[in-house]
Amino acid sequence: MADAGGREAIAAVWRIESARIVGALARYTGDFALAEDLAQEALAEALVSWPRDGVPRNPAGWLLTVGRRRAVDTFRRRSALDDKYAALARDLGEGGGGSAPADPARAAEDVLWDPDQIDDDVLALMFIACHPVLSREARVALTLRVVGGLTSDEIAKAFLVPTATVQARITRAKKTLGAARVPFEVPPAEERSTRLGSVLNVVYLIFTEGSSASSGNQLIRLDLASEAQRLARVLTRLMPNEPEVHGLLALLELTAARFPARTGSDGEPVLLEHQDRRRWDRSAIRRGQAALARAERVGRGLGAYGLQAAIAECHAVAESVDATNWERVVLIYEALGRLAPSPVVDLNRAVAVSMAQGPAAALSIVDELAAAEALSNSHLLPSVRGELLVRLKRADEARTELELAVRLCDNERERAVLERKLTDLG
Amino acid sequence: MKYILIMRATDETFKAYQDADFDKILESMGRFNDELIRAGVLVAAEGLDDAAEGVVVDYSSEPPVTTDGPYGETKELFNGFWLLNVSSKEEAVEWAKRAPLAGPGSKCEIRRVPSIDEFPQDNEWIQKERAWREASGQL
Repeated sequence: MADAGGREAIAAVWRIESARIVGALARYTGDFALAEDLAQEALAEALVSWPRDGVPRNPAGWLLTVGRRRAVDTFRRRSALDDKYAALARDLGEGGGGSAPADPARAAEDVLWDPDQIDDDVLALMFIACHPVLSREARVALTLRVVGGLTSDEIAKAFLVPTATVQARITRAKKTLGAARVPFEVPPAEERSTRLGSVLNVVYLIFTEGSSASSGNQLIRLDLASEAQRLARVLTRLMPNEPEVHGLLALLELTAARFPARTGSDGEPVLLEHQDRRRWDRSAIRRGQAALARAERVGRGLGAYGLQAAIAECHAVAESVDATNWERVVLIYEALGRLAPSPVVDLNRAVAVSMAQGPAAALSIVDELAAAEALSNSHLLPSVRGELLVRLKRADEARTELELAVRLCDNERERAVLERKLTDLG
Repeated sequence: MKYILIMRATDETFKAYQDADFDKILESMGRFNDELIRAGVLVAAEGLDDAAEGVVVDYSSEPPVTTDGPYGETKELFNGFWLLNVSSKEEAVEWAKRAPLAGPGSKCEIRRVPSIDEFPQDNEWIQKERAWREASGQL
């Protein structure tokens, strides 16, 4: 099966090798966009020749040799126009330029497969794919393709958009990077922490997209969530001294631990308070706790991801909603609100306050948010306000809030939950 | 998706391994494991002790017969495993092809590891197993 060189087998090789191949070619040519094209051409060639000739003994070496040869061809073509390319073509041309790879592994591997460089290549690839000059959609698509080894088709399926859209995003992204003359390198230390924020954000976006149970093919989207976890794991190994990298991994593990319990038998979302905690994945919780402990051990304090992970940990270790250490949750939300102020964080803090100190204390936070007209288009604020008013036995006001929440809510399942609360009010 | 890569070998393979440099074996295994960790796919891995120290229970007769040592001279033995979290069976196969196992008769068997969610949830024994998995972090 695998040795016959079927598409699936080639896809498997590609998943494992693509980051290193694109990375090595980018280092070799100094041109990320070109490297990505060359790698895709090598993959296309494999799809033609492996099913015919069988998978080579060293598939990565084969792909790299083809990519490198195409690079030389490209430089030769361009050399007529440009002296610099002419010089490169001469330098790179030795031993290359034949038609079929005679010795797939040798020449290319010696030059490019430098084990000391691979980690830096993959890291540089992550930084370039998540570069701030790109739109969020472009960052996500580029990261999944060049670092994750997903095809444009797979990315399109996961995001429920046409393949052509994904391809256009990637093409435009590469042009943008070229126009901005973004170098292929791990950013210098002084820039790294700002740039790292974008990398972590992209991994988080991939995870949330994959974990949203809203629509589409469930399986593919869960694969996307697990790809994000894998990327986070790879990052913790590449950047072990960055607390937020561990914090993000902890958050993803602790969130994913709840996946088995978050939908009911007919697919409806089950809120945290109603989840069967016995269904939570204990080993994911343990891995999340371990990652959180590593984030703390780095010793520079937890960032926004680490703090969210710490909140998730409070829930993970509690046997029930009532047994949760809500005072601690409130404190962590306060820290999070100072670090990354957002009305959603304040709203969550209000929910935690209602659990720790009762609905009256929480209502004043929610009222402030309402007065500031924060979240005015979201159903979240009236949902929470309505719930607090229900608990305070102010039924008429609660009804008004819940009706507003129903009007603003565009998710059918969530709306059903709100409507049920309205019915319960009588 | 979880897949288990089961190492299997024959007497011949063992003989070859006994003659090999142990440091080299440790190095090649270590490099492979490091690759799996770098790729973010390794869940667990264990190697098994000498088969001659093992015991075999044979159910051919009633009651079963217990004998010391390995299965026999030519039968294949289970020597250790890697547990990987990968996106497809093909990816598991691709990793297996890179494992530093070599020599006549040396094999790696690849099997998917179903999650407990795939078993009937209303079965009391499955529920008991789930409870144990929860308590011991084996889910």
